Amino acid sequence: MIHSLFLINHTGDIFLEKHWKSVISRSVCDYFFEAKEKAGDPENVPPVLQTPHHYLITIYRGKLFLLSVIQTEVPPLFVIEFLHRVADTFQDYFGECSEGVIKDNVVTVYELLEEMLDNGFPLATESNVLKEMIKPPNILRSVVNTLTGSSNVGDTLPTGQLSNIPWRRAGVKYTNNEAYFDVIEEIDAILDKSGTTVFAEIQGVIEACVRLTGMPDLTLSFMNPRLLDDVSFHPCVRFKRWEAERVLSFIPPDGNFTLMTYHVSSQNLVAIPVYVKQSISFFESGSCGRLDITLGPKQTMGKMVEGLTVTIHMPKTVLSANLTATQGNYTYDLATKVLVWDIGKLNPQKLPNLKGSLSVQAGAPKPEENPSLNIGLKIQQLAISGLKVSRLDMYGEKYKPFKGVKYVTKAGKFQVRT
Amino acid sequence: MTTMQKLLQLPVNAVNIVKTVQSQVQGQEEDKSPVLTPDGGQQAWYSALQPDELRHLRSGGTGGGGSGDQEEKAPLEEGGGGGGSFQNQPLRHDDLKEMLDSNKDSLKLEAMKRIVAMIARGKNASDLFPAVVKNVACKNIEVKKLVYVYLVRYAEEQQDLALLSISTFQRGLKDPNQLIRASALRVLSSIRVTIIVPIMMLAIKEAASDMSPYVRKTAAHAIPKLYSLDPEQKDQLIEVIEKLLADKTTLVAGSVVMAFEEVCPERIDLIHKNYRKLCNLLIDVEEWGQVVIINMLTRYARTQFLNPNMNESLLEEGNSGEKTFYGSDEDEDEDEEEKEKKAEAAAMAKRKPYVMDPDHRLLLRNTKPLLQSRNAAVVMAVAQLYFHLAPKAEVGVIAKALVRLLRSHSEVQYVVLQNVATMTIKRRGMFEPYLKSFYIRSTDPTQIKILKLEVLTNLANETNISTILREFQTYIKSMDKDFVAATIQAIGRCATNIGEVRDTCLNGLVQLLSNRDELVVAESVVVIKKLLQMQPEKHSDIIKHMAKLTDNIQVPMARASILWLIGEYCEHVPKIAPDVLRKMAKSFTNEEDIVKLQIINLAAKLYLTNSKQTKLLTQYVLNLAKYDQNYDIRDRARFIRQLIVPTEKSGALSKYAKKLFLALKPAPVLESPFKDRDHFQLGSLSHLLNAKAGGYQELPDWPEAAPDPSVRNVEVFALLERVTTLTSVPEWTKCSSREKRKEKKVEKPFYSDSEGESGPTESADSESDSASGSESGSGSEESGSGSESEESEEGSESEEEEEDEEEKDKKKKKKELKKPVQETESEQSSEEEERKHERKHERKAKPRKSDSESESEEEEEDSESESSQSESEESESETEIKKKKKAAESKPPSKPDKKENKKEKTEMSLLDLDDFEPAPSPQVTPVNTFLSNSLVTDLEGLSLSDTVLSPATISPSSALKNYELLHRITGEGLSVEYCFSRQPFSPDANMVAVQMHFTNNATSDTKNLHMEDVKLQSGMRVKEFPEIELLPAGETTTAVMGIDFCDSTQAANFQLCTHTRKFFVSIQPPVGELMRPFFMTENEFRKEQETLLKSPGQLMGMNEITEKLTLDAKCRNEHAIVQRVTTAANLSRVPCGSDKECSPPVPPPDHPVHRFAGRTVTSSSLVLVTVATKEEGAAQLTVNCEKMVIGTMLVKDILLALTQ
Repeated sequence: MIHSLFLINHTGDIFLEKHWKSVISRSVCDYFFEAKEKAGDPENVPPVLQTPHHYLITIYRGKLFLLSVIQTEVPPLFVIEFLHRVADTFQDYFGECSEGVIKDNVVTVYELLEEMLDNGFPLATESNVLKEMIKPPNILRSVVNTLTGSSNVGDTLPTGQLSNIPWRRAGVKYTNNEAYFDVIEEIDAILDKSGTTVFAEIQGVIEACVRLTGMPDLTLSFMNPRLLDDVSFHPCVRFKRWEAERVLSFIPPDGNFTLMTYHVSSQNLVAIPVYVKQSISFFESGSCGRLDITLGPKQTMGKMVEGLTVTIHMPKTVLSANLTATQGNYTYDLATKVLVWDIGKLNPQKLPNLKGSLSVQAGAPKPEENPSLNIGLKIQQLAISGLKVSRLDMYGEKYKPFKGVKYVTKAGKFQVRT
Repeated sequence: MTTMQKLLQLPVNAVNIVKTVQSQVQGQEEDKSPVLTPDGGQQAWYSALQPDELRHLRSGGTGGGGSGDQEEKAPLEEGGGGGGSFQNQPLRHDDLKEMLDSNKDSLKLEAMKRIVAMIARGKNASDLFPAVVKNVACKNIEVKKLVYVYLVRYAEEQQDLALLSISTFQRGLKDPNQLIRASALRVLSSIRVTIIVPIMMLAIKEAASDMSPYVRKTAAHAIPKLYSLDPEQKDQLIEVIEKLLADKTTLVAGSVVMAFEEVCPERIDLIHKNYRKLCNLLIDVEEWGQVVIINMLTRYARTQFLNPNMNESLLEEGNSGEKTFYGSDEDEDEDEEEKEKKAEAAAMAKRKPYVMDPDHRLLLRNTKPLLQSRNAAVVMAVAQLYFHLAPKAEVGVIAKALVRLLRSHSEVQYVVLQNVATMTIKRRGMFEPYLKSFYIRSTDPTQIKILKLEVLTNLANETNISTILREFQTYIKSMDKDFVAATIQAIGRCATNIGEVRDTCLNGLVQLLSNRDELVVAESVVVIKKLLQMQPEKHSDIIKHMAKLTDNIQVPMARASILWLIGEYCEHVPKIAPDVLRKMAKSFTNEEDIVKLQIINLAAKLYLTNSKQTKLLTQYVLNLAKYDQNYDIRDRARFIRQLIVPTEKSGALSKYAKKLFLALKPAPVLESPFKDRDHFQLGSLSHLLNAKAGGYQELPDWPEAAPDPSVRNVEVFALLERVTTLTSVPEWTKCSSREKRKEKKVEKPFYSDSEGESGPTESADSESDSASGSESGSGSEESGSGSESEESEEGSESEEEEEDEEEKDKKKKKKELKKPVQETESEQSSEEEERKHERKHERKAKPRKSDSESESEEEEEDSESESSQSESEESESETEIKKKKKAAESKPPSKPDKKENKKEKTEMSLLDLDDFEPAPSPQVTPVNTFLSNSLVTDLEGLSLSDTVLSPATISPSSALKNYELLHRITGEGLSVEYCFSRQPFSPDANMVAVQMHFTNNATSDTKNLHMEDVKLQSGMRVKEFPEIELLPAGETTTAVMGIDFCDSTQAANFQLCTHTRKFFVSIQPPVGELMRPFFMTENEFRKEQETLLKSPGQLMGMNEITEKLTLDAKCRNEHAIVQRVTTAANLSRVPCGSDKECSPPVPPPDHPVHRFAGRTVTSSSLVLVTVATKEEGAAQLTVNCEKMVIGTMLVKDILLALTQ
């Protein structure tokens, strides 16, 4: 299946290679570089490329390309999903997935890759199993290791792979038993010029952090599970019980994991927490334009809107922006032509406003389209869909765990067309 | 370690020999090393790092984990340190070797880390091989692992030396620890050294029968490795695969199927015996294995089952065949022949109704839950399986899951959109509800935008085209010009596909001609050109318009295109064309080359059609062109002059000039690039590239006739064995293992009724019902039986005829000889025997189980016995079905009541036995109530003229859904279910009656069942049920309680107490149960609707919520709609049109409107529901209710009921 893996930074250096079968010359990457050149933007490089003898499947994550070489038919999503899992694992181990951090931990990375694939077929991809075999680095351990010569590799054998619950490691022990669930909802919306909703839906995810001793069997139930339109689960969730009773019943992995993601469709009315009044115009004659944006609260359910930002990808011809903001700061990046207005909290009494003029390259024609606004926001203690966790029960263990649920609403792909 | 050292020391000289040989080997190595590209820069970088690295080594190896960063930062000391540094200084790695030879593990580890870091960077470290390989038996696990990494990387290049390590692995293969055995096999098989093929083969064979499933899994992984090393071993390997395929653990399943796919994908016959097992294990296999198995099973199913859409596709084909027959007059004979064939096939199909193989159904049912996987590859695999295998009506389920993947990483989006694009061509309706999910954001990468555009274009039809065009309008203004160009093409395609909007699109495109961007204009002109070519009769207006534009448009490409158009269709614009030519002639010298060429073309065409007016002009243009700077233009001018102007010299060619120039050019076809891509298996690499990738297995066509289904039958003992393995699964999988048992139940007729019907008996329809049901609840069985008996009324005759006479006799005898009770008893006893048998097996299997497993043993056994009990119950219901069938045959519709009763009975018993899925899904239950419901609606019809009948009787009481209050496990034997009985609660009319069923599954009696500690939202009230003093073991009882929910769907929480325990439980009503039917006439209904909507004085205005929907295919008749709505909500139907009610036989209007009315229980606010049907299953749902919350929720519920 997956023959080789090359890690390439955004300038085009191959800084790590791993082969699971016979070695393949790194010159295959030239085809990729060619495509990258052609595409310009790294996001536009086709994920699947055909070369005379191989197929290249690439993902782009954190300014890195993970390029895998394939020789025979394999579902492309299989490879893509796996590469993302590799990147996730790096993130899990080292806190981020970047060139520097991979170079710093090259041996651990190599050991991980060795365990994750066998002859190109995924072997152990569960973080709990991997962590049992290869301990993630931390400062204390690396100090101890240099002094004593002991290693990162666990000397116990990984029993996780043998169990029927591969996602949970055995013999978990905590003095404080706690289970936290974050219900995070993101509003994806497209608003048109006049502020009416073209398309809106809610994407939710429940992130869990479970630190419980032993083998707890948890049941999480909702006040209003009917809201959920489409769901996908971590493999630990028993699907049949969800189907029948709409409760999440599972033996959790140890540590942080994504319990479920869900989707509340656009058929339900999606509350849009803010409104945007904007006017952006460029003048036909004279190289300038005007910009005036005001934001206000709309359906906030009585909660404070925080972390409000407006990001605008300006047309290439806009040279500079001379604006005044009544609240927050704005920056205009000349290289990327991105205007970011960081507002912070939304004060309903005094609406934030950004106003001023834009200077356009002299002689350039007036941009045809006004740039659309990407809104970022955050509302604490609110799940905009109205989803509520009703209770969490634990079976199989005797102690009383500490339980907590947090709700957050964020703007996802929230775009206002102008 | 010591043994290894001994081993290595034995041939001390061997190492020495090696050393001498080394330099030689190395030299070759350099030459052939595929790692190092001749890329000079890269190599310089590597070698430049070397001195620095050595410095680190000299400082004692405390430099911190061979970090690449330090090395990078280090100045390039040795400038262009020599590309051939390895060859020049072969002893460079001396320090590393020293470290490896030392006794300190920490030094070895440090050295190995450096070496692995070198490998990771693609640097050659092969000269260290002898030094490294010595450490293969090192005790330090990390050192050992890193040595393995090194070994696997370089063994292929240094085969002789690699052999030294083999004995270590061979020893490892015999280790008592399974993990060591596995890892030894893994490394051994990864060393690509041909000499050890026999050793590998032996090792694999041994491991394949290892006790540990993990070792067997590793063996499965090793198979493709060995195969790629030596394909000659194929036959032996297939034997191993065959053996491993029979393995019953989830751990092995994925890996062995992967091996199967790589080694012998053509040996589909190996799957037969394991098919059902694979289907059943699937949900518990790890995600990567799931993908491989699903893809393989798709192919398998294509060879083994009949096309579920056979009848439809035959008919479709028949139609298209007819079209071509009428459309073209060539090959008439052949066509006729074909048609005959098709007609024959269609007739065949009609004669023999399609029956889905239960195994086919099993596959569909077991893969469906995987649509909820977090792994995109799994979701895609299931989606392609459904697309390729499922009956048309069921494919829709995958749309939602695929749309969900669009939120994922952009690479995932890219692949999914490609597949969606292919699907939308075949099954447009599937994605139509998700149209908006494909709207494009300005921040999407261009490749994603273009794919989304493709999908939007494919989804466009008459109803949604206006919205789509409005979207396109915003896209056209985008800054991303490639995307704009694609949008214009998309508009063109919409215009060709949908006649109504062609003119609008054309006008829009014409406006785009004045765009500043060349790309946009060029693209629009090209698209306009294509559109005009399709509709040659209507385009003179636009051509005129475009002719006017020549004054303004400066983009040469666009000017050229316009001129071509005028020339091509000059007959349609006879007056304007010469004028354009005149203008062009004037500006000829200032035009761009492509425009000049088109001017010449235009002149030539005009000369041929209208020589009078344009003769002089043409000559003028040709003269100008003759002296043009561009030789292309000069050549063209000469050529055309010769061709069109008849002279003495010019031969016969000029006669044909008109034909040459004004030949009818075929209209370009605007087709999706994704057309016909579905002959590749979706989700495959080949599909994505639209080219066959190496190793791609064609998706076979459906067979004409189904191959023998009995090949998949497994011998009885094997089945029993499987049962025992299932029971030995630890507790956590109980849920899924129970599923398996359930599935086994479904399969059961196959296994046990060997002397009875061996073939599939259920019709496709009833099958699909039971399938959708079994996923969500226990309703499946009885729903299956319900629809079956119903079906038997209609189609039993034809079906029965095909059955053997003998069989019939047998059955009759059975029926006559045994009374029902006896029969079930005998069935049960036989079941019990089987169970005993199973138990025996289980006990035998016990010693093998590990500790953790035996913990759960007791409970397992318990549930096991129950499951077998439920099995017996199941068989009971089956026999009942048979009986019913017989009864139906003899006197079809006479006693529906009795049947109803029976069904209800089985339903109850089934429900009691079922553990985890007590609530039958809403879409299933109605099926069994279909008959009674139609009765109800009939009754309703009667009641219209006879309003005395109380509304309570109208509500379909049989359509009750059961919800679980307390599960048998959590309730320690006590299980409680509840349903909303829809009867008025006599003590308090404002309360909703909740009927509770208590079942005591425990072995001891339960006493003093009562409620306590009721926690309610403010305003809510509860009337507790009377205390149940005693519930003996195994008994069931019911009680009724009343809850005033205050018209909200808040749950009522309380404690259910027995004499020993208290259980926290809660009851949450679906919104449909918060109302009671209210009878009103149509006129009253309308009046209420209007006055409530309009009157401004009303404090609480009536809210109206309207939703458009597409009715489910099975729900397009009146009965079905009424029944589904009344099941979803406790409403009564409003009789329609007073004139119609008097005489029922009057044909119903084409698009009837169904009205329902009710009042909320607590506040008695009116709830009015209107379902207006429209053409082709479209419908509009309107709900009026004072309470907005109730209204919205009700809309959602009814919508769900009607669309599923």
